[in-house]
Amino acid sequence: MKSMIEVENVTFQYKNNEEEIKALKDISIKVKKGEFVVIIGHNGSGKSTLAKHINALLLPTEGKVMVKDMDTKDESNMWDIRQTAGMVFQNPDNQIVATIVEEDVAFGPENLGVTPEEIRKRVDEALNIVDMIEYREKAPHLLSGGQKQRIAIAGVIAMRPDCIIFDEPTAMLDPVGRNEVINTIKKLNKEENITIIHITHFMEEAVNADRVIVMEDGKIVLEGTPREVFTQVEKLKILGLDVPQVTDLAHELVKEGISLPADILTVDEMVMELCRLK
Amino acid sequence: MSIKIEKLTHIYNPKSPFETKALDNVSIEIQDGEFIGLIGHTGSGKSTLIQHLNGLIKPSSGKIIINNLDITDTSVKLVEVRKRVGLVFQYPEHQLFEETVYKDIAFGPFNLGLTEKEIKERVKEAMELVKLSYDQLKDRSPFELSGGQRRRVAIAGVLAMRPEVLILDEPTAGLDPRSRDEILQQIKVLHEKYKNTIILVSHSMEDIAKLVDRIIVMHRGKVALTGAPREVFKQSSILESIGLGIPQITFLMDKLKEAGVHLGEDIFTVEEAKEEILKWIRGKRDA
Repeated sequence: MKSMIEVENVTFQYKNNEEEIKALKDISIKVKKGEFVVIIGHNGSGKSTLAKHINALLLPTEGKVMVKDMDTKDESNMWDIRQTAGMVFQNPDNQIVATIVEEDVAFGPENLGVTPEEIRKRVDEALNIVDMIEYREKAPHLLSGGQKQRIAIAGVIAMRPDCIIFDEPTAMLDPVGRNEVINTIKKLNKEENITIIHITHFMEEAVNADRVIVMEDGKIVLEGTPREVFTQVEKLKILGLDVPQVTDLAHELVKEGISLPADILTVDEMVMELCRLK
Repeated sequence: MSIKIEKLTHIYNPKSPFETKALDNVSIEIQDGEFIGLIGHTGSGKSTLIQHLNGLIKPSSGKIIINNLDITDTSVKLVEVRKRVGLVFQYPEHQLFEETVYKDIAFGPFNLGLTEKEIKERVKEAMELVKLSYDQLKDRSPFELSGGQRRRVAIAGVLAMRPEVLILDEPTAGLDPRSRDEILQQIKVLHEKYKNTIILVSHSMEDIAKLVDRIIVMHRGKVALTGAPREVFKQSSILESIGLGIPQITFLMDKLKEAGVHLGEDIFTVEEAKEEILKWIRGKRDA
C-alpha cells in the first residue's frame, strides 16, 4: 500500500439550473497511514465535495481516488471502502438512528454481519473510547450535542475503520461540546492510530494537525504544517479565513519592526517571546 | 424600546420527575437602543429567557414589561408583542418554506394585513439591510441559495416586521468566517442606523467584544455577571469557573501580567494589544 488515501488529478463537475459547476478542479492529495490532516476553506470551496469522494459517496468526473489501493470507481469495492473510511457529519441529529445509545452504535457492525458476541465487544470498546460507556442505555435525544456527536463517532469506530473523515463535526456545538469532540478526535489519532481527515472552519482546531490544507474555489491554495500555514497571515485574511489572534498580533508587531518570530501560534509562546524582550 | 424583566422564574415540567428550574428569579433592565450581548452555556437559561421576550413561553412567576406593556398579562394580544419584538432563532434557515425569496420575506408583513405596496417596500428594505440583491434574488427559490444567503433571507423575514427589539439567537452558528463577519457587520450597521434595541446571543467572546454595549452572562438560570465588555472580561476567573472563555488577547494580557509585564488591563482586540505592546517596548528603549 502506497498511501491510505490517494486523490489523483480529480475534477468534479455537476449541473445546477443548466449551469455547469466545477466543484473540484484537478486536485491531488496523498494521505499517509496515521496522518492527521485538517482541511480548511469557505462554504463552497469544495472541501465537503472532496470528503465525499473519499468514501465513494461521490465519484470523480475526471481523475481517480484510491482508498487503501481500492479504486472508488469500481463498484465492487464500495462496501470495503466505506468500512475503511468512515464518515462523521455536521448534524448529530441526522446520524443517529436508534432509540438507545448502544443500539445505535451496534447498527453499523450489525449490517456488516458481525456475530452478536463480537458486536457486544465492539460496542463497549467504541463507547469506552469516546468516553460514553455510562450512557449506553440512555436515549440519544436526551444527550447534549457534544455527547450525541460522540455517539455518532462511536458508531463509526465500531466498524473498525482505518480512516475517519469528519465533515465539520463541531459546527453546531457549543464550546464545551466542541472541546469534547476535538479531544476525542485527537485521541483516535494518537491512541488508536486512525488516519484523520478533519474538515472545519475553526482555525484553532487545526493547530494540532500534522498537515493543514486550505481550499478555495475547488483548488488547494495553501498546504503545510499548521505553523507554515498560519503564518501566511495576509493570504489567509484575503481568503477571509481566521488567524489565531496571537498569530495576528505577532504579525502586526513584526510589521512595526519588533523582532519576534513570525510563527507564534499560542499564548504561551507569545508570552515567552515578549519576556525575552524584557 | 426599553425592557424590564422582574423576578422572572420559569420551571419546565413542574411537579413531575423532570422538573427543571430554567430561570431563577431573574431581574434585568435593558434601556431603549442598547446593544446587549447575552452569553452563557447550553442549559444556562438564555434561550428560555429570550423565548419569554416575545411571548413564546409564559413565566412560572415574574413579569416582563416592554415599554410599559406587561406582556405576561393574559389580556395582552401576542400579535402586539410580536410586532415589536422580532426573534431570529438558531438556524433560522430551517424555517424557510416559500417558493420564492420574496414570498418568504413577505410572509410576516402579509399577515399584518398590509397592502401589496407596503409589503413590497418592506421586502425591498429588509433585503437591502442584509445585503441581498432584490432584483437578482426575489424570484429565486430560497433552497437554491448558499447557506449564508439562506440565513440572510431568514433574518430579512424578521426585519420586514420592523421590530423595535431584535433578538438574534446565535445568528452566525455554523457559518464560515467570511459569512460570519458579513452578518455581524450588517447587524452593527442596522443598529447604528435605527438605534433599535438588540439582544445578541453568542458563544463567541471575540464577536461580542467587538459589537455590544453591555454583556449579560447567564449561569444556571441566573445572571452571573453584567457590565460593559471591559468590566466583564476583567472577571476572567469567574468566567472560567463557569466554563466560558475570554478573548485570546485578554488571556495573553493576563499571562503577561503573571510574568511580570504590566500592561493595560482592559484590552481585548489585536489592535489595542499592538498599541500597548509597542508603547511598552518603545518606552523601554527610550529609558
